[in-house]
Amino acid sequence: MSDDEDEIILADMPDEELVPQMHDDLYDGMAEEIKEGVNILLGRGWTPYRVLTEGLVEGMRIVGIDFRDGILFVPEVLLAANAMKAGMAILKPLLAETGAPRLGNMVIGTVKGDIHDIGKNLVTMMMEGAGFEVRDLGINNSVESYIGALNEGDIDILGMSALLTTTMPYMKVVIDTMVEQGMRDDYIVLVGGAPLNEEFGRAIGADAYCRDAAVAVETAKEFMAKKHNRMGAGA
Amino acid sequence: MLVDDKTLTEQGLDAPEDHSGRVLVLACGALAREILALIEMNSWTHMDLTCLPAKLHLRPEKIPAAVQEAVEEHRNNYERIFVAYADCGTGGLLQAKCAELGVEMVEGPHCYSFFEGNEAFAQKAEEEFTAFYLTDFLVKQFDAFVWRPMGLDRHPQLRDMYFGNYTKLVYQAQIDDPALDVKARACAERLGLEYERRLTGYGDLEKALAGAS
Repeated sequence: MSDDEDEIILADMPDEELVPQMHDDLYDGMAEEIKEGVNILLGRGWTPYRVLTEGLVEGMRIVGIDFRDGILFVPEVLLAANAMKAGMAILKPLLAETGAPRLGNMVIGTVKGDIHDIGKNLVTMMMEGAGFEVRDLGINNSVESYIGALNEGDIDILGMSALLTTTMPYMKVVIDTMVEQGMRDDYIVLVGGAPLNEEFGRAIGADAYCRDAAVAVETAKEFMAKKHNRMGAGA
Repeated sequence: MLVDDKTLTEQGLDAPEDHSGRVLVLACGALAREILALIEMNSWTHMDLTCLPAKLHLRPEKIPAAVQEAVEEHRNNYERIFVAYADCGTGGLLQAKCAELGVEMVEGPHCYSFFEGNEAFAQKAEEEFTAFYLTDFLVKQFDAFVWRPMGLDRHPQLRDMYFGNYTKLVYQAQIDDPALDVKARACAERLGLEYERRLTGYGDLEKALAGAS
């Protein structure tokens, strides 16, 4: 049997086979195949939001579960993320045009003295995939950088990331400054990074510690729902 | 005779069967050679060494439980146990565990810091946070601790996702070994980073062990 006969032709697949195939391709980090799958579904009249949620986000959810369970490791997750990013690049401008649902606005960044951004970038991508607008401040952020971004307005969530034991205490500096400036309660503060834990999150006054990108998305959704409920009750 | 680096990475080092020392140093496998050198240099004949597998560094969240298990296994055989780990990415959990067990540990965030001297390392942190550090052990075990776990053997295209924000590799040499210098320089090239070598010696590790005597 020749290799050609084994080749999967995405364009020939019906939707109900193509979408699981895209999940497999995402799992295997196949960026070109993901781009092709996204374009095929768009060509068949799927809305960009549906392609995003059913094709990409669901695939990354499976990747996230297997990462948590120790079946997949960081390199494989990064390859999957790169594939999702390639699909997102096609969808992002279309999502803006078609008015996809927006769950909230987030500012995110790695703290001062820390250059590690892999986890932060995964969170950014998954939050965007879930319908949040994310402003990524990058690495090595001072208090002024975070506060400045929050003051630009219409932000619901502040996300801070650190990989080092030596840099994670800086999160408290940021939160303390927010308290001093009377703005702490205006935001949901989520923190994450390898050396952190729930106890640390509580001790520094964050709203929640998120152990991975999937937890960050779920936590953000929960807090946003509570926020809306409070606003609704107060109206 | 000391086991090889691969065994120190995968299995660690057993305590001597005769428990001849009064103090047991419970260390990371990555520090075995350095601690044995210090024991010999200082004639600390009262000190025995046992090591946990160095690969625990790839899963720091497992270090506190592994230390607890080892302390409980050995505590009846020694007057005192000293834990030769720094925080090592445990986010304070190892410190809390050692306090709970009533044993002391090395001060500082990690071995890169105590080899250079915690105070000196902290002072440099402001301008040197884009440095990636290797010690003698990590230079020798570069593939086992950096290249393979990061998947760079299989997916070299990921290199810049991991190291794009770093600017230089600092090799903190515990001993003056030209062959390791050559190897460390090659590691820097593989990661696409500038190279700097610093002869640190054993730094604060010696002070910490002397205090545990």
